[in-house]
Amino acid sequence: MNMAQIWEQMPIVIGALNTGFLQTLKLFFVTLIGAFPLGLLIAFGSMSRFRPLSYLTRVIVWIVRGSPLMIQLLIIYYFPGLVLGNPIWGGGEQGRFLAAATAFIINYACYFSEIYRGGIQGIPRGQEEAGLVLGMTRSQIFLKVKLLQMIKAIVPPMSNEIITLVKDTSLARIIALQEIIWAGQAFMKGSQGISGAIWPLFFTAVYYLVCNGILTILLGRLEKRLGYFR
Amino acid sequence: MAILEVRHLQKTFDHTQVLRDISFSMEKGSTLSLIGSSGSGKTTLLRCLNFLETPDEGQILVSGEVLFDASVPATRKEQEIRKKRLHFGLVFQSFNLFPQYTALENVMLARELLAREQPDYKQRKKQIREQIEAEGVQLLEQMGLRDRMGNYPHQLSGGQCQRVAIARALALKPDILCFDEPTSALDPELTGEVLKVIRELAERDTTMIIVTHEMAFARDVADTVIFMDDGRICEQGDPKEVFANPKEERTRQFLASHRT
Ligand SMILES: Nc1ncnc2c1ncn2[C@@H]1O[C@H](COP(=O)(O)OP(=O)(O)O)[C@@H](O)[C@H]1O
Ligand SMILES: [Mg+2]
Repeated sequence: MNMAQIWEQMPIVIGALNTGFLQTLKLFFVTLIGAFPLGLLIAFGSMSRFRPLSYLTRVIVWIVRGSPLMIQLLIIYYFPGLVLGNPIWGGGEQGRFLAAATAFIINYACYFSEIYRGGIQGIPRGQEEAGLVLGMTRSQIFLKVKLLQMIKAIVPPMSNEIITLVKDTSLARIIALQEIIWAGQAFMKGSQGISGAIWPLFFTAVYYLVCNGILTILLGRLEKRLGYFR
Repeated sequence: MAILEVRHLQKTFDHTQVLRDISFSMEKGSTLSLIGSSGSGKTTLLRCLNFLETPDEGQILVSGEVLFDASVPATRKEQEIRKKRLHFGLVFQSFNLFPQYTALENVMLARELLAREQPDYKQRKKQIREQIEAEGVQLLEQMGLRDRMGNYPHQLSGGQCQRVAIARALALKPDILCFDEPTSALDPELTGEVLKVIRELAERDTTMIIVTHEMAFARDVADTVIFMDDGRICEQGDPKEVFANPKEERTRQFLASHRT
């Protein structure tokens, strides 16, 4: 393999990788949109004063965080069809995407819930009491006093999770979701007249790096903007 | 008529009785200092007055109106309590300022939220907000914080924070302002500036209950002193009298160990 050959293959490979990366990004954003609110629900569940609910949520969170996401993906994708005889996801790319998104949302919501919980419980009790004594309602205290402090506290750990998520989307390759790793690998077996090429697979790393570079800058800015108070 | 009357308050926290039959009253414009060793129930009493704790027994009356009566469940509802607690203000030992707001915003926030409940708020929004701001500015000036209004709490010293907290409590014009050891979290060189503004408030006839371990201050600022011991009012009276000639043995012991 020489540089000239790579140069020649480049346009085809970039086109395929772009298509794959679009699917990667779709999984990334859908996971965030789903996991942000679901995580909050799970956080409230785990803090519930109703013991059975809080124990149940904590056990679920423990299981989800304690086992590999890859296994969760496989179970969610194959379990309904192979064990229950009811292939709810269907066979195509759309079915694989739905299964992957479901697994990612559940998995990430559990991680987010722990971050939310830390953020909520980390606010000193005195903030709530000061608000109450000043005649504020509980919802005013939440919105006007606690929320921003919570957001400030969760931005750094959330940033870590979000950057991990970009890389974790590659796990969806295991159920043959046509994301960027899948697209890069295709050129090893042979696709669009290129075969036996391993460099496209290595080249996918550039996409992850650029994406995470941009995210790091944006999240860093957000963190900085919230730095005006302590 | 007494501005505050407390009758037979009792409070128990998991099997330990923290307040035992607390009764006292105070007149409008007077200052009461509340002293006693750590764990005697001073904070709990202030928290009961501010509805942060619910007493098990007893009544709280302000200007003759029953705000709380343990035997009347309706007076314990959260909805009712929110308006009633505005008769009281509370200054915490640890300030509890809102970190994301400037000094002035801290003072204005609760007033603005309350103003939104006025029926004419929508039409007179600008005017109402300007007035709240003007009053906030004036309060901070009174606290000696003219140059600090735009600062966030983390940019202020402990003494400045506590003075902002006092202005924040005063902004709602409470009938009775309570202080829970307002200088205990401060470096010694900063206590003076906080005690000074509280003294000035006493001279302006602000009705206040002050829990403090600054004995000289408790004696000089107050019209009445109450000594609490193990959840009871052990002795009360004119501060000069109580400090010079304590009648109870417990008071004598306490004062002896807190000689200034
Ligand atoms: N929320 C609570 N739960 C259990 N015990 C409490 C609580 N608050 C206060 N106490 C107890 O009540 C007693 C009186 O406390 P406190 O009112 O803070 O006294 P002081 O302010 O005079 O030091 C102490 O023994 C304290 O441990
Ligand atoms: Mg105390």
